Parts: sequence; C-alpha cells; structure tokens
Amino acid sequence: MSTTTQNKLATRSRDQSKKLDIGRLLLEGRAFFALIAIIIFFSFMSPYYFTLNNFLIMSSHVAIFGLLALGMLLVILNGGIDLSVGSTLGLCGVFAGYLMQGVNIEILGLTFYPSLWVVVVLTCVLGAAVGSVNGILIAYFKVPAFVATLGTMYVARGIALLITNGLTYNKLDGKAELGNTGFEWLGFNRLAGIPISVIVLIIVALLCGLVLSRTAFGRWLYASGGNESAANLSGVPVIRVKVLVYVISGICAALAGIVLASQLTSASPTAGTTYELTAIAAVVIGGAALTGGRGTVRGTILGALVIGYLSDGLVIIGVSAYWQTVFTGTVIVLAVLLNSLQYRSAGKSR
Amino acid sequence: MTLAANHSNNLPANDVVLSAHHITKSFGNTHALKGVNFDVYHGQVTTLFGENGAGKSTLMKILSGVITPTSGEIILDGTPIHFHNANEARAHGISIIHQELSLAPNMNVRDNIFMGREIITNGSVDFAEEERQTRELMAELEEEIDPLTPVEELRLGQQQIIEIARAISQKSRILIMDEPTSALSAAEVEVLFKVIHDLTSKGVSIVYISHHLEEALLITDHAVVLRDGTMTAYAPRKDIDLEWIVRNMVGENFDLGSPPDGYQFGEVALKIEDLVITDPNGGNFNVVDKLSLEVKAGEVVCIYGLMGAGRSELMECIAGRFSAQSGTVFLGNEDISKLTIAERIRVGLALVPEDRQKDGLIQTMSVGQNLSLASITEFTKKLFTSTDTENTLVDNSIEAVTVKTSSANAAIGSLSGGNQQKVVIGKMLATNPKVLLLDEPSRGIDIGAKAEVFRLLSERAKEGLSVIYSTSEVAECLSIAHRIIVMHKGHISAEFDSTVSKEKIMAASGESVAH
Repeated sequence: MSTTTQNKLATRSRDQSKKLDIGRLLLEGRAFFALIAIIIFFSFMSPYYFTLNNFLIMSSHVAIFGLLALGMLLVILNGGIDLSVGSTLGLCGVFAGYLMQGVNIEILGLTFYPSLWVVVVLTCVLGAAVGSVNGILIAYFKVPAFVATLGTMYVARGIALLITNGLTYNKLDGKAELGNTGFEWLGFNRLAGIPISVIVLIIVALLCGLVLSRTAFGRWLYASGGNESAANLSGVPVIRVKVLVYVISGICAALAGIVLASQLTSASPTAGTTYELTAIAAVVIGGAALTGGRGTVRGTILGALVIGYLSDGLVIIGVSAYWQTVFTGTVIVLAVLLNSLQYRSAGKSR
Repeated sequence: MTLAANHSNNLPANDVVLSAHHITKSFGNTHALKGVNFDVYHGQVTTLFGENGAGKSTLMKILSGVITPTSGEIILDGTPIHFHNANEARAHGISIIHQELSLAPNMNVRDNIFMGREIITNGSVDFAEEERQTRELMAELEEEIDPLTPVEELRLGQQQIIEIARAISQKSRILIMDEPTSALSAAEVEVLFKVIHDLTSKGVSIVYISHHLEEALLITDHAVVLRDGTMTAYAPRKDIDLEWIVRNMVGENFDLGSPPDGYQFGEVALKIEDLVITDPNGGNFNVVDKLSLEVKAGEVVCIYGLMGAGRSELMECIAGRFSAQSGTVFLGNEDISKLTIAERIRVGLALVPEDRQKDGLIQTMSVGQNLSLASITEFTKKLFTSTDTENTLVDNSIEAVTVKTSSANAAIGSLSGGNQQKVVIGKMLATNPKVLLLDEPSRGIDIGAKAEVFRLLSERAKEGLSVIYSTSEVAECLSIAHRIIVMHKGHISAEFDSTVSKEKIMAASGESVAH
C-alpha cells in the first residue's frame, strides 16, 4: 500500500518538475509566446499598433484565415490536406454575389432576390458540395488527398471565373424594397464593439473545439488520423469521418468567402488565391502534425493570429511586401522545426 | 577464438568462420537478445531453432549488418568486425534472405536479382549478360521463370525463389536463410535443399532458420536453439532429434497454467461455414479454403499454424476487415457476414489484431483514449461524450487487464510491449464481446505478461466468453486451449483436445518432405 502511494507521489512530483521545465514550457507554448513577442515588438515600433481599434481590424483580417485554418485543422488531423479551400472561398464568394444580384429564371420571366439568410445558407451548401466531392474522391476512390484537392482547386477557380466571366461583382448591398439588404453587415458591423467576422470566427472555433473534445466524431477524427487501420479495426467509421471532414472544410471556406466578399463589398473570382497555403501555415504554426492525429483548435487560432498580426504589423511599420513574404516563410519553417522537436520527445516520454 | 570449434573436431572443414559473442539487442524496454553466442562453421549448415519472438530474426539481422547490436562482438575469420549496414556485410561475403520478401514487384526478375549491383560494361548496364546469368540461376533452381517476367506476376513461392536466387548469385561465403521455405511447395523445397548441398560442398556456410523442424533436420549439421533471447542449447546433428529440439525450444520450466475448467460450455457462439477467402493482397489463390468451425460459449480454441497458413486472414475476415469470397459467419443465430466492423463489434465480436503497432494502437493518443476507442458510443449521450462515464470505463479497463501505467493520460508509447498489448485487449474487452478473436497476442511480450493475458482470458472464458486464439507457439496452445485446431495452407489439418503432445501439433502444421 505504502509503496503505491509513494509511487503516485513520485509520479506526481515528476510531473510537476516537468511543468517547471522552462524549455519545455517555451516549446509547448511556442505559438503563444511568438504572438506575445510579435505584439511587443510592433508596439515598440509603431504607436498605432497597440490600440484596441487596430487589434479589432487585424482580428477581422485574421477571421478569414482563421475560418479556413479551422477547416484545414480537421483535415490535417485526419491525416489529409485540402488545397482547394482558397478556390472554394473564391467560388463561394462569387456565388453569394451572384445570388445577391438576383437569379434570373427565364422560363418564368422572373428575377429572384433571395434574402440574406437564404444566400448564406445556399453558399454554405455549395461549399459543402465542393468538400463532399473532395471527400468522396479521397475516401471512396482512394485518390491521394493532395491530388484530389489540387484538382478541385483548379476546377472551383475555373467555375468562379466562368460565372462572372472574369469580372467582379461590385453591388452587393441589395435593395430595401427587394428585402435582400444587409450583406455588408457581416463585414462591417460590430456587436458590442467586436466585428461580426471575429464573432463568426469565435463561434466556429468554439464549435470545432467542442466537436473535437466532446463528441464521438471528434475522437474518431483524432483516432483515424493517428492510425487509420487501428481505428478501422476498433469500429471507427473511417470512410464516413473522412468525407465529413472535407465537407466541414468546404463549409468553413464558404463562410470565409462570404465574410471576405462582405468586407470588400465585392465578390471577385480570384479572391482567396494561395489562401490555402496561409491556412496550412496557421495550422502548422499552431503545432499540428501534418502526419495527422495531433493538433488543437487553440493552437490553430494562435497560429492564425501569429500570421495575421505579423503581416499586418509589417505593413504598419512600412516593411515592403516582399520582405513580408520572406518573414512569413521563415516563421513557417521555424514552426515545423519546433513541431518535429516536440513530437520526437513526445514519442517516449510525456 | 577457435577454441569452441577445436574441442569437437580438428578437421579444417569445422573451422568457425563467423562467430557472435555475447550479443545483446534492446528495443526500448524489450530485450530481444540477452547475450547470445553463436558459431557458423565453414561449409556446413547451422540451423537456428526457436519460437516466434525468441530472437532468431534479430540475431540474423545483426550478423548480416541490417541492425547493429547493443553490445557484444562479431568475429569474422578470427578478427572482430563491425558492420554498419548490410552493404558492408555483403562486401565481407555475408548475405541474407529475409523472411519478408524484399523485391520490387514492378520490376522484372532480372532487374530484381541484379538490383544495386548491376553489371556495367562500357558505362552502361549489360542486360544481356544479366539475363544470361538469371537464366542460369533459374535452371539451377529448376524453375521455369522467364527473366523478363515482372515479379508481381509470380506467385508467392516463385517470388521466394527469386529472393533465394538473388542471394545465391552474390556468391557469398556465408548465406543466411530466414524461413526460406515458408511459401514453397514440397518439390521446390527439395530443389532448394539440393542447391544448399551444392553450396556447402563448394565451401559456403549456411545459416538456416525454419519452423519446419523435420525439414530443417534433413539438411542441418549443427543445431542452435534460442528461447526468449538466450541460447538454450547447442549440439551437432548426430546428437539430436526432433524431441530434443522441441524440448529446448519450448522449455519445461515455466508453466503458463492449464486451460480453465470446472464449468460447462454454453450454446454455439460462433459458427463459420465453408468460408473461402481469396488472397487480400491480390494474389490469385485462396488463403482460406472452405473452412468450417464452431465455437461454444466459454470455450477457448487455439488455432495453431505456421506463417502463411491463413490464420490472420481467417481472423480478420471474421472480424469484417475484408469480405469473404463465399461462406457464412454466424454469431449466435445471427448471420453477420454482411455487417461492417463497427456492427460486428456491437453485436459482440471483437478482434485483437496481430500487429499491435500497425493495427492495434493509436500512437498519438493516450492510454485512456486508446482503451475507450472501441466503446465511444457507450459513453456518448445524445451528441456529447460523458467525461465521467469515460473515466469510469477507462479506470475499470486498466484494472481489469492490469495495465501498468503512471496514469490514464500517459502516452501509449511510454508503456512496455506487454502493457501495450494489454491495452489493445482491454480496448476490445470493454465492448463486452461474446466472442473474442486474438491473433498472435503473445508476440513480442515477455513471459510474465503472457501469463497475465492467459489468466485474464481464462477468467473471461469462465464467464462465458468464447476465445479464439491464434498462435505459432505450441506451448501456448496446451496451456490455454480446450481445443486445438491446426491450420495448414488454408485448411484445418488436424483437431486435438488439450491432452495432445507438442510433437503431434507441430507435425500436423508442416508439410512432410518426401525423402
């Protein structure tokens, strides 16, 4: 009896000594500390940086990447990759713009003006449809995720360009008499001083966190990302999980598309080009493993904030856009280096 | 260095060419070899006997430079030597035929045989010469295989022949053969033995590993027996017989207990009828052929068989990993042949797979999350999982299968092999199965953990659980099973009760070579 108690005490004190290990703390909280460092650095460099208003503006920029990154996190946790989210964002933005312009049904000789909520829902359905194409290709037809989503990336972008014939929809305000006003509300308005886009991000992040930590689906997702074959033999419906993951990623991209179109009050078919890479970067900086099974919502949001606050900070202090790209790239590589350090040590002891 | 050889015989042919001294090898917490001494004699066949996990393959990989030993030394021709990789060993004339095939299936026979040591003339590969040599090798091995056939079009036995041909073509002084006959037909084995005789008469030393004991006795000059990473016996051929090998392989000192008794079996829990399974890897043959089996509630049935007998395929098919060509599987009165894995688990059929790293554990998850993985729906209420119910389930599992872990949140990789295996078993037991399939659960776990697993299974069997246990260790059959089924090439070749002798079981599992 007494030896077991001693053992327990021993393990507990060992745990504590681990927690006090500064190197480990820095390693595990690296995204958080990087964010603090970025904020401190730019606050010294520019008087405009450390103001509430600036933080809110920067956060509304982060919202776009953040939404994409949350969807990407689920895909990466599952051991996949989704290169199509940038194009899906563009396509969904254009689709929303198209609906706002009014849908002309020639047979009836009528033009439909769907209300804002109908537009949002239909756009999300489109995003889900693109995602399900990815998911079905990957899960049922065993097309490698990289290739399948690369294909969808081109197709979605092409369709977006076809819809507008390469032009941009500018008038997204709607008309009061048609009952479809309020599109810009998403991008510009604030609730209790917080931009709606940021609120959308927070809600989606909380939902994702809840799904990952407290639902069977979340557990299945981690399990099949960690070892698909073992998960399968434990009765996890790995195929269904995989499809659903891409569907959710598509919906996240659609939401991001709506928010971006609303912020710009215009829907461009080229919106969101290369955003998929930023999203992947945010997930990786947030500590997720590209091999699947490891990663958190908290980390991903921090990763998105690091990227957003860094690039906006560089703009504010007037660093050239070329240098911004160099900095972002460096941060990503550093993050991956640290990830492999952490997972190597986590293999044996934790 | 040659003292060991001198005491038996002074003929030069008995010279030790290669010897291993006090070799140890550890993988993390598991000690695969614990100080092994091993001699290879010039122009003779030395056979290494031992059960799965005894360390045979590890020792051979060390001799051939594939892995480096944790401690100990290898002496070649009287001088200590260190191999850093297989190429260095090959340069010293040591080559190995691995148990697992190492061929590139997309390439043809010729290219596989000369892979990495292509014949270069005037700066380009001399395909004609390679082809000529390949034809010679095939003639020597009496196989009619065209050198330009892609390896993937050959059946498994022929692929093994190619593997052997590749090793022979390297003109090594020492040739290690790790289970070279597991996929060969009787006729092919005979040819191989002829080739081995040719090689030894040319002065090549052979190290041979096989589970076919009688077969190995036909060609060997020396026998070395390994058990649990230590060498338990050595003798020249004239001093030994089958009984000696079995006794030294299995050991008599450690008793794993006897089958649970003192209760009546219930109704038939699992019934398999005429099950036919085609090779899941795409081969054009049946790995399980018209197999029927009934297991009653509370009964423990062992399936004994050699590698490739079809045991794993049978178990994975029953568990629903892939579908059978034909035949039915009943659980109680319910036909479960069409159900998914998850549905089969729900109606009470669970599998502990053979390879716990690949198919059993999620390395990225904690001990607790691994334990609860198969029963998530049990603690999900409406949408959300209940942390309390999960913790109770995990704690109960840890206690039930006696997992030694610092906490439920510990990384699964921090546990020893035996405890990891208990987690996989605990995970499936947590689903409250009526029938539990275990595919070689004792692989790579120590004897203590093995005994605990047996105790656990006995307890559950008394409560009415049907256990189907596949193993290639014959002692295990006798200490756990009420009934022993021997599988050979997809068929049930014999059925015994628990009073059978080890020799009989072993004899039923292998093919006899006509001599």
